Amino acid sequence: MTITYREALRQGLYDAFDRDERVFLMGEDVGKYGGTYAVSKGMLEKYGPERVRDTPLSELAFVGAGVGAALGGMRPIVEVMTVNFSLLALDPIVNTAAMLHHMSGGQVSAPVVIRTSTGAGRQLAAQHSNTLEAWYAHVPGLKVVAAATIDDAHGMLLAALEDPNPVVIFEYPALFETKAELSGKTVDLSSAALRRQGSKVTLVTYGACLPKTLKAAEEVDGEVIDLRVLRPLDMVPVMESIRRTRRCVVVDEGWKSGSLAAEVMARIAEDAFYDLDAPLARVCREEVPIPYPKHLEEAALPQPEKIVAAAKGLFG
Amino acid sequence: MSAEVRGQTPLSPPPSGPVPFPRQLSLRLLTDMVRIRRMEEKCAELYGSGKIRGFLHLYIGEEAVAAGALPALAPEDDVVATYREHGHALLRGVPMKAIMAEMYGKREGCSRGRGGSMHLFDSATRFYGGNAIVGGGLPLAAGLALASFLKKEKRVTACFFGEGAVAEGAFHESMNLAQLWRLPVAFFCENNLYAMGTALARSESQIDLCVKAAAFGMATLRVDGMDVVATHEAAKQACAHVRAGKGPIFIEFQTYRFRAHSMFDPELYREKSEVEAWKTRGPIHTFSARLKAQGELTEPQFLEIDAAAMREVDEAVAFAEAGTWEPVEDLAKDVYAL
Repeated sequence: MTITYREALRQGLYDAFDRDERVFLMGEDVGKYGGTYAVSKGMLEKYGPERVRDTPLSELAFVGAGVGAALGGMRPIVEVMTVNFSLLALDPIVNTAAMLHHMSGGQVSAPVVIRTSTGAGRQLAAQHSNTLEAWYAHVPGLKVVAAATIDDAHGMLLAALEDPNPVVIFEYPALFETKAELSGKTVDLSSAALRRQGSKVTLVTYGACLPKTLKAAEEVDGEVIDLRVLRPLDMVPVMESIRRTRRCVVVDEGWKSGSLAAEVMARIAEDAFYDLDAPLARVCREEVPIPYPKHLEEAALPQPEKIVAAAKGLFG
Repeated sequence: MSAEVRGQTPLSPPPSGPVPFPRQLSLRLLTDMVRIRRMEEKCAELYGSGKIRGFLHLYIGEEAVAAGALPALAPEDDVVATYREHGHALLRGVPMKAIMAEMYGKREGCSRGRGGSMHLFDSATRFYGGNAIVGGGLPLAAGLALASFLKKEKRVTACFFGEGAVAEGAFHESMNLAQLWRLPVAFFCENNLYAMGTALARSESQIDLCVKAAAFGMATLRVDGMDVVATHEAAKQACAHVRAGKGPIFIEFQTYRFRAHSMFDPELYREKSEVEAWKTRGPIHTFSARLKAQGELTEPQFLEIDAAAMREVDEAVAFAEAGTWEPVEDLAKDVYAL
């Protein structure tokens, strides 16, 4: 059955609710409004206000309450409308959720699932266009995943709810209308995925850059790896691919400095330096807040042409 | 600096009058306060000798709050506390040995040595820290209470925090959420007048903390936090309110910290005379005097309570000394739950 990314997210939520009665959803406008992106549409009517909870605009409190509810034995799904607003909830995510298990000596943990939309590309200007996956991926104790495909949009939520740790799921409005077959297979929260075979260059990416990277790959015979899991990183398929292609471009919608791309490249440099026939390259967000005009926003983001140019640049 | 600027009201007389509790309960409350006091005095000494490191925030002077509040809770209730939580952990039932070993950083500590003074945890008694971010415990407590509510349990979540936390957004957001959803949580605010070194009136436009809570429509109580009779009565009332499904409640315990904020604090922000004045309201000697006055305690009996506490402390120290260090090979353990 072919469905959209948005429908896959919605199906994941319904499946999660049907599987486990400890699961509930809370966030801004998830109920009466039906979800900012209509992802949770119909859920309030089906599951009622106890399990589908509209919250005040209090990211700090309701994300923290999600952590507490998880500690108390529930399986909360906390929706933070966008990653931009998640900055208001960094304390409960970083200082509490990620650290509880360790600082309690392994006694307690908070298996909260935090879903948030992220990324640029829709002319929403600076404060609604951040890509901050790397900030969360920096923190031990969190699992951080990026859903770039229909199967992951559906299955990552279900996998996250099975995980005993706090999981942050990034969802991409730029991909909401993409369509594919939903396989219905279980997905994991541990492995990177090979999305396209190629022989000339390894293209590593995640999230909304996946379709752009796949498009570029056609022109340069690229092998495309979707990181999927941003913490803990699975570098095995990346290294295997590089040992075949001997060249690598990392594509990351985040800013270049301190980016996930930087981390991936450092690991490649540490572990596969002598397998490379060319320096590593990357295509990232330009180091500016995202401007409103379409042409400037496009210029600030990774695009297929930039990826192609970076890949071709590795062949002298 | 005037008293008004420093956020102080004229000191009330020391707690006095008859103690309305059965003698057994009174002696328990007294014993609990003495246990905290003796344990923490030893902690300060051990800090001086380098056995305890990091930050160490003593509760000395504030014992009547924990001693009154913790016995009002049932075993199935949840407790969330701050980095000044040694006393709360002890009275919740965490063995003093495990607390002391945690201060040492030993594997036998209540958080296996990973947390230290500021992160005491004990899942067996539902003691959920030991949160060292001011205000960080409030949303967590709201969430624990939400879990209790959704599971249709009768659990009360007791959330201790200092008055410094009321300046945080976390306080206001959590109070609103708790009242909006009528969550079963008791907010126990320990107002010791200073957020580290900043007096309440130097940081808050509204220094009546109950007014802040009442702004959310929440029930409030204000009690003398130096009087264990008042703290226990108030905590019982609060727990009954929450357990009856009437929603959250806020108590301001007006108390005072006799020691520095932490072991690094030179106390430049308050006069020694102010501390001495507050010591006349000390929770232990005023309460024992009241019990003596009504013939329920003799000096030898008090000395025996004190000696027993000292023995418990000695045993806890011996336990911590004999404890073992976690091997470095286990460094990465417990970052993720398996």
